[in-house]
Amino acid sequence: MGRYVRFMSLWEYANPVKFIRTTDVVLPWVSVLAVLCLVVGLIWGFFFTPEDYRQGSTVKIIYLHVPAALMAINAWMMMLVASLIWIIRRHHVSALAARAAAPVGAVMTLIALATGALWGQPMWGTWWAWDPRLTSFLILFLFYLGYMALWSAIEDDDTAADLTSILCLVGSVFAVLSRYAVNFWNQGLHQGASLSLDKEENVADVFYFPLLVCIAGFVLLFIALVFLRTQTEIRARRTRALIAREQQG
Amino acid sequence: MMALLARDLKLAVRAGGGFGLGLAFFLIVTVLVPFGVGPETALLTRIAPGVLWIGALLACLLSLDRILALDWEDGTLDLLATAPLPMEGIVSVKALAHWITTGLPLVLAAPVLGVLLNLAPGGYLWVLVSLAVGTPALSVIGTFGAALTIGLKRGGLLLSLLVLPLYVPTLIFGAEVARRGAEGLEVATPLLLLGGISFGAMALLPFASAAVLRINLR
Amino acid sequence: MVLRVSNLEISRGGRAVLEGVSFALAPGAALILRGPNGVGKTTLLRTVAGLQEAEAGEITGAGESMAYAGHSDGLKSMLTVAENLQFWAAVFGRSEIEAALAAFDLRELAGRLAGSLSAGQKRRLGLARLMVTGRAIWVLDEPTVSLDAASVGLFAAAVRGHLAQGGSALMATHIDLGLEEAAVLDLSAFRARPRAAQGDEAFL
Repeated sequence: MGRYVRFMSLWEYANPVKFIRTTDVVLPWVSVLAVLCLVVGLIWGFFFTPEDYRQGSTVKIIYLHVPAALMAINAWMMMLVASLIWIIRRHHVSALAARAAAPVGAVMTLIALATGALWGQPMWGTWWAWDPRLTSFLILFLFYLGYMALWSAIEDDDTAADLTSILCLVGSVFAVLSRYAVNFWNQGLHQGASLSLDKEENVADVFYFPLLVCIAGFVLLFIALVFLRTQTEIRARRTRALIAREQQG
Repeated sequence: MMALLARDLKLAVRAGGGFGLGLAFFLIVTVLVPFGVGPETALLTRIAPGVLWIGALLACLLSLDRILALDWEDGTLDLLATAPLPMEGIVSVKALAHWITTGLPLVLAAPVLGVLLNLAPGGYLWVLVSLAVGTPALSVIGTFGAALTIGLKRGGLLLSLLVLPLYVPTLIFGAEVARRGAEGLEVATPLLLLGGISFGAMALLPFASAAVLRINLR
Repeated sequence: MVLRVSNLEISRGGRAVLEGVSFALAPGAALILRGPNGVGKTTLLRTVAGLQEAEAGEITGAGESMAYAGHSDGLKSMLTVAENLQFWAAVFGRSEIEAALAAFDLRELAGRLAGSLSAGQKRRLGLARLMVTGRAIWVLDEPTVSLDAASVGLFAAAVRGHLAQGGSALMATHIDLGLEEAAVLDLSAFRARPRAAQGDEAFL
């Protein structure tokens, strides 16, 4: 690896020190962009879009609800990929990133559930319905809780990374099974997808563009938080390693 | 393998608790439900299949930490790991022993407890069938949870937190079979799905449990 | 050589403890590991037994020919002495337990529940387990804990008998077994230089 190598392999960033150095540069930009997107998207969405003829002003909660719901699932996907990378290539950053993403994903799930309840109250006349989508998110939230609890229960870092990775894999399979099981169990009241390539059931354009900006904002926010939390995890681990070395020397 | 199974069964018989505790718990849950929801027979008839499934599931959960913990504490697992048995086989046998000592008694007791809940006449057979098909999945999934939490001091609570979300699909399809059966509806679809989950879990989860156990033993 | 360990590096709790450990064990030979508490004897034996992975180095010839006895004996208190042994014999695909019972003076206790044995008797049963496995290499971690002088003698005789049949033994022990033929390896010489284990190294 000389200075002549322009494009480094992606795996280079799996080195903790390298990761911290790179994210230190990227993090401020991502954070600023995230805030910008969220401010623009939410103000646009809340104040400069018409009210829905059927749903009134409550429709505007989609600017929080839909991005949070998307990120709740994507965060788990990211953890699944990171867990696989840890199992196969044993890059520490990967395991720590999965750990860092879990609380963020859990909060996203909570936001999706809470905004869903706020939306559901005027729309369906109830705060909570055992609708398949809501139920699936509740189950997803339980998976997040279990995953985080396992991480914090195990003292040895590498053992915790190994065990939580396997839990994440197995959990993913069961999360998908639960999704189908819940669908089977109750057909539900939830409207169809808010966003899809199929234009027929899509939301109208006026809602669509600010929604996209909000989603971009949530994605960037997620990236920023995961970077920040991964840095914290790396530094905590580094501190422990340094203390261990001191004690040994 | 057979020796391990025979030993586990012998231990369960001699130690007593094994069979009795889960059954007693199942009985208590079933008895408590009418106290909670009222004695109205029509209501009990309607919820009986679901209550029996939840009771069986909780009774099963109660004994999960014993699947591996005892063998872990006295060093048996270390020694088994150095024996000429594949770890996947060991966890499968452990799950099977758990099913025979806990799951099977629950399956057989469920119709009897159904009487207490005024289960619809058509429901007895399907409660029995759905539990017989579904409880092996509960044992296998539970063994995975037990393997994950084996080295932890207060693993019991964590074990429940980890295992209960994994039980959701089994519970949904199992209770659905029992409910449809009790209402005289067609049960083939949920029964097939339940069987799929059960066989899938039996075939694949031992690999995950074995991997987890190897990590915990090192 | 039935067992060869070369340039082994091992860690415990995220820290390297031993490095450059090399030794070989011939049929009929015994090797006693010495060293102060915490030097890594148990970790080394568990690594040789295949229970944990080495950070570096190689172990050849172990695996299928080894019987491991750690700090705990893996006994079930609700099974009798004979049943415990029969179980372990069956696990290793055998059934003969009489010789093991005799060698460790457990004949009279054969029908007793293991839970009713004293600590020393339990240990004897744990060691008798090695004989029923029929394996050639015994890997023993502090085998003489809680044994009285007479039982230590029984154990030494059992090891000698095992060696005479072409078996070998690798053990960590502090007391003198009177095994003149056993070589001694002091692990203090292989202490790892102060540094983190490989898992932590990436973070420094």
